[in-house]
Amino acid sequence: MSKRIDVSDLNVYYGDFLAVEGVDMVIEARSITALIGPSGCGKSTFLRTLNRMHEVIPGARVEGKAVMDGMDLYGKGVDPVEVRRQVGMVFQRPNPFPTMSIADNVLAGVKLNNRRMPRALQAETVERALSGANLWNEVKDRLDRPGSSLSGGQQQRLCIARAIAVEPQVLLMDEPCSALDPISTLAIEDLMNDLKDEYTIVIVTHNMQQAARVSDRTGFFNIAGTGKPGHLIEMDDTSVMFSSPSEKATEDYISGRFG
Amino acid sequence: MARELTDTKEKPVSAVTGTETIRRGPAPGRVGNFVFKGLSSGAGILIVVLLGLVAGFLLYRAIPAITATRDQLEAVGFMRGESLLSYVLPLAFGTVLSSVIALVVAVPLSIGIALFISHYAPRRLAQGLGYLIDLLAAIPSVVFGLWGLSFLQPRVGPLFEWLSTNMGWFPPFSGYLGPAKNIAIASLVLAVMILPIITATIREVFLQTPRLHEEASLALGATRWEMIRQAVLPFGRSGIISAAMLGLGRALGETMAVLMVLAPGFLVNFYILRPGQHQSVAANIANQFPEASGLGADVLIATGLFLFVLTFVVNLAARWIINRRAEFSGAN
Repeated sequence: MSKRIDVSDLNVYYGDFLAVEGVDMVIEARSITALIGPSGCGKSTFLRTLNRMHEVIPGARVEGKAVMDGMDLYGKGVDPVEVRRQVGMVFQRPNPFPTMSIADNVLAGVKLNNRRMPRALQAETVERALSGANLWNEVKDRLDRPGSSLSGGQQQRLCIARAIAVEPQVLLMDEPCSALDPISTLAIEDLMNDLKDEYTIVIVTHNMQQAARVSDRTGFFNIAGTGKPGHLIEMDDTSVMFSSPSEKATEDYISGRFG
Repeated sequence: MARELTDTKEKPVSAVTGTETIRRGPAPGRVGNFVFKGLSSGAGILIVVLLGLVAGFLLYRAIPAITATRDQLEAVGFMRGESLLSYVLPLAFGTVLSSVIALVVAVPLSIGIALFISHYAPRRLAQGLGYLIDLLAAIPSVVFGLWGLSFLQPRVGPLFEWLSTNMGWFPPFSGYLGPAKNIAIASLVLAVMILPIITATIREVFLQTPRLHEEASLALGATRWEMIRQAVLPFGRSGIISAAMLGLGRALGETMAVLMVLAPGFLVNFYILRPGQHQSVAANIANQFPEASGLGADVLIATGLFLFVLTFVVNLAARWIINRRAEFSGAN
């Protein structure tokens, strides 16, 4: 239930502005790929092109190829809605639907595909997804409470449960811990380690320790200056990236000399 | 610079302004603060006082009518010998009926227009459409009355006739009699009148849907419509109810348009296509007041008090509906 993504020569534009240029990247299945880099270097923009969420912004478009196990995400006749059902996403700030209960939040995506779900199957899906997100034991007695009644960390795990309930191939995480305290962050990181047996995970993070702790491979994005496009500078196994990167810029960034 | 600092060792001095950093007495800006507090509290109190004055006036003038004996009331010509309650009930019924039909027509339409403006139309078109809607709100009701009378009436006549012949088995549609001076056309004119305020309010609410929730929905693989059902409509639910109540408030009190298009009657029934069945409280007051005097005027004011209370109750009910599920609202 996980696929690899091959990105080749990908450019991202906002209108006429070239935001990210010439990205070649292989994202391995059943592994965690971390994207790091200074603010504004285009790593979040790039992440969003993997499930075509950048198209939400008017004028945003992509050139190049992103192929998920043979299927070109930008191929002719490919519906972005279908892409997003295969490639789930977790956002920077926890965003459970405030008008829905915990259980309904988990089922929100599932019900899009399967309107009339038998109750038993619903209950099973809720338990499986919440267990998968390490949240079941904390919320099993209050599934009908609003999702917004949970703590920030719990809300973020609820969002992960919601994303994995639709059984995507790939899970994108856009700074999933930046609004959370250290203990909740640890819970999410543990969860990511559990999830990588089943899913391909791509995470954008500003926290280099986090990238070092959780990821198998790391990509470093950088930008030459304001108004210039972001580039993927270097990508390698995380251990190599954090011990002996081949690019000077990577070393400077990782050792905290800029950014 | 260094010397200055040592000179003023005993009094700490701000490096920027050169004044003492902590002065005695009120800080600058205190007067403005005081004035503004007074002004805004005053405005807040004023609205309560105004409401109290209106209610007090209505009550004061209505008391003679409420306490009047049967004989005294019979002297009032336009009441045709009825008691105050049996006089006001058909009026209240006509008011509520026309307003509810107007809401049933206007609210779905408004939600559609608001959604189009907020989520479907290209930005330029949305802006223009927004202005147009606001412009519609500025048209005086007497103009709507004229429009209803001379434009709408001849055009909906055939439609009403068709409804009555083909769907007459459904009692409310039975017995159409031209020209269309029935409560259905009054409700349609009301619907057009309340459309702008409802649309404008709902549009504002929809535009405030958190981007976070819209993206959450889209990222799950929702289509645009599914996203609207999942994120926009639930978030806007209380706003939609508030908007509908604003519209209802306007429809309940609307006088001129109803007065102009409706052939009045004092019955309680649901024959919305028959003329001479219903009348609204406000239109009735406008109709009778010029010739009313003494107790007659008091009776009309009493019906006005009834309308006041009715509107009040409707608004309370709306608040209650909104608060019932406040926990699940988007406000937290």
